[in-house]
Amino acid sequence: MASDALTEGPAADVGALPDIARREAGGWRVPAAAVLAIALLPLVVSPYGIDLVLRIAVYAIFALSLELLVGAAGLVSLGHAAFLGIGAYATVLGSGDSGGSVAWLLPLAVITAAAYALFAGALSLRTRGVYFIMVTLAFSQMAYFVLHDTQVGGGSDGIFLYVKPVLQFAGTTWLDLDDRLTLYYTVLGALVATYLFLSVLLDSRFGHALAGIRVNEQRMRAAGFSTYLYKLAAFVIAGALAGVAGFLLAAKDGAVNPELLSWHESGAVLLMLILGGIGSLRGAVIGAAAFVLLKELYQSQAIVGPLADHWQMTLGLTIIVFVAVLPRGLIGLGQRLRGKAP
Amino acid sequence: MTERGTTAPDPAPLLRAVQVGRHFGGVAAVDGVSIEVRVGEIHAVIGTNGAGKSTLINLLSGEIAPSAGQVFFAGHDVTRWPQPRRARAGLGRSYQRTTIFPEFSVVENCRLAAQARTPRPWRFWQRAAADRPSLEAAARALTAAGLGAEAGQRAGTLSHGAQRQLEIAMCLANAPLALLLDEPLAGMGGEETERMLDLLGALKDDHAILLVEHDMDAVFRVADRITVMVNGQVIASDVPDRIRADPLVREAYLGEPEVLP
Repeated sequence: MASDALTEGPAADVGALPDIARREAGGWRVPAAAVLAIALLPLVVSPYGIDLVLRIAVYAIFALSLELLVGAAGLVSLGHAAFLGIGAYATVLGSGDSGGSVAWLLPLAVITAAAYALFAGALSLRTRGVYFIMVTLAFSQMAYFVLHDTQVGGGSDGIFLYVKPVLQFAGTTWLDLDDRLTLYYTVLGALVATYLFLSVLLDSRFGHALAGIRVNEQRMRAAGFSTYLYKLAAFVIAGALAGVAGFLLAAKDGAVNPELLSWHESGAVLLMLILGGIGSLRGAVIGAAAFVLLKELYQSQAIVGPLADHWQMTLGLTIIVFVAVLPRGLIGLGQRLRGKAP
Repeated sequence: MTERGTTAPDPAPLLRAVQVGRHFGGVAAVDGVSIEVRVGEIHAVIGTNGAGKSTLINLLSGEIAPSAGQVFFAGHDVTRWPQPRRARAGLGRSYQRTTIFPEFSVVENCRLAAQARTPRPWRFWQRAAADRPSLEAAARALTAAGLGAEAGQRAGTLSHGAQRQLEIAMCLANAPLALLLDEPLAGMGGEETERMLDLLGALKDDHAILLVEHDMDAVFRVADRITVMVNGQVIASDVPDRIRADPLVREAYLGEPEVLP
């Protein structure tokens, strides 16, 4: 073999080197404590608070799915809401009037979203940069208008999910997502699972290849990586995970409408990543929480008074300030504070 | 074209281009170029700026598709193969502008390159940092390129010369059969140049090397064969001594008479 000459002599010792391909900082203690705290929250918080945490957790899954594209692979998609919406619609349409089982509604939502991601990704990944942004937007708008202008999914009003998904096995009901607490822990479990799956994925050879593509795609191709297939795989996985979020969102809200697929939603999830800090899984979760809480705050008549009617303006201004002050997001703030501590 | 007898046995060329051409609009960047590169030889391609040397490398590596002609590599007609497939078959290349992963460690740069050929890349539950085959290939390549001591550094903090060496190491991590090197000496100091030339000399024994380079002293020192390009065409291809004496080549370099040593 051509490399025989290279095997002679001592090889450089590369046993215990810091892995700086990944930028995630900190250990597992803080996330684990956060999960425990959220799990205990229903003991002390009102139903309103539960609902707020639920919304944050669903959007955190959604933001994590986009983080795989934007943060890991460097692919900025402005059409990610399509997969959330398709997952949600698949859940509701699959349930019909009599409801359905989690065991097949969840796979249905995931596969439908992944299938559309395969279609949209296969074509949009032939473009780059700003063209990629526009083409992903076009694919999501296509799905939006199909649901908005036809009666496939109840048109612009959307459809109700009359019976929430359940999981029955051997005569027992294991999960009934109509029950708020069951839904709460299901969503929390899904969030933890998504987070763990993505952190394992990003540490794998596949994840490292995505990082390589983000930094220098030309070199990756020269090294022998069919980068298009790697990016397509990432796009489909991201779409599938957004489908999970869509399933949970439908179960939580009990209704779907075309606005779930609108470009506002795609923009919102990008803003969550920017707020939290692109390039970090926990940044995506923190960003989702910050976005949902800020929106809740600015929409609250009781707190901001008449300004509540103009929440887009106040939220927009806040985000501009955030980005100016914290270019690396809230996660960057945490790292900066830690760096200054002894 | 057949200049036999200069080096004893003449093995079949590992990399061979037959009448390749590439037109950009109406301009022929490369026009009917045939070239052969063998294991055990450094085949240098020289020519003035805009002669089509880099385009030729891009055609050979598969970065751009030829508008005419064919490319053969290791017994296959690879003319329609995209770059990643040619790379996996053993065709490595470096770039004129240093092309590395500046934010990764030196060893991760090489490990990632080596990963392109490791089996079962979809096993997402296996950590890349524990992937023995790619780590071992990276360690071997770094040692061969003389970067073993820098393995833990961030690649972006290396000196320019060391970054060029790293780019070669990344090629080597892939266990290539042939190397296409686009101006590996560009911007290098004297000592760095010497180290790189030593490296090329060592690699030549079991690699086929095509070298595009502007440093004529270096080219005439290390090349076993030199092809001269002008305006996208080959005007001469021979051993260094005869290239030096070739009146056509002299004429092509007339504007820069001190260029040919």
